[in-house]
Amino acid sequence: MRIGVVTFPGSLDDVDAQRAVRIAGGEPVALWHGDHDLRGVDAVVLPGGFSYGDYLRCGAIARFAPVMTEVVAAAKGGLPVLGICNGFQILCESHLLPGALIRNDHRKFGCLDQVVRIENPGTAWTTAYDAGQEITIVLKNGEGSFVADEHTLDMLEGEGRVVARYVGGNPNGSQRAIAGVTNEPGNVVGLMPHPEHAVEDLCGPGTDGLGFFSSVISALQRS
Amino acid sequence: MARVVVDVMPKPEILDPQGKAVLGALPRLGFQGVSEVRQGKRFELELDGDATEARLAQVHEMAATLLSNPVIEDYDVRVLSTEEDPSVG
Repeated sequence: MRIGVVTFPGSLDDVDAQRAVRIAGGEPVALWHGDHDLRGVDAVVLPGGFSYGDYLRCGAIARFAPVMTEVVAAAKGGLPVLGICNGFQILCESHLLPGALIRNDHRKFGCLDQVVRIENPGTAWTTAYDAGQEITIVLKNGEGSFVADEHTLDMLEGEGRVVARYVGGNPNGSQRAIAGVTNEPGNVVGLMPHPEHAVEDLCGPGTDGLGFFSSVISALQRS
Repeated sequence: MARVVVDVMPKPEILDPQGKAVLGALPRLGFQGVSEVRQGKRFELELDGDATEARLAQVHEMAATLLSNPVIEDYDVRVLSTEEDPSVG
């Protein structure tokens, strides 16, 4: 399975995401922000970092990168897309996911091992987990506070589109402790914490993050 | 040549941590009597030609697509009068 990882100017975690894909058994494919080309990949990861320096708003400029035209069209056609941290912000700015991410309520950059509960194991990126399973992955953000209006929040909850929720305290002020959401068909997932930093025992808090990458690979193999 | 200002502000119901930080700093510096601070952005656009209705419609479109995120922000577009515009006169 060929999984594309987009590099924007200012991406930080593209190499880690590629490594996570490889460890999960997939073939990582480097994609460039300036190309109108997805190189025929089976899924796409938008990695963490500070694309275009986070100028204007996080993800606001990246949304208009040439590669995003292709990602948005393919995502609407069912291509699995995972946006991590800055990638989540880009997916919200692209309107592929509802809501937005604003500065943490405590105004500090947080960097910690974070427990999250998998609320929806039915998306393209979460089938390796059980409903309610608690996993520990890395959270590192300055603008990770998920916000949406009450109507949207109720809709997300009602349709089971909250993918992951923070456990043991809300680390950034996200409404309803939401750590990740999905679109209606479940192929697009945005996640504030970083599963790609928890795929090896040598570094990071364990291997709990690997499931996001193995989920999409087994989903693609089935289809 | 016309100068157009686009003000972008966080929606009232959206928490504004930066505004809160400024609010917290004011009394520490001895400034009293401020009960709320909201921080936004101001864009100044210089248009080629006059601020016609069609050009202003385009500015509204710029504001809604790029300059603001309608999920969390409101925007306001206004044309600077010549008295306000430092580049004139």
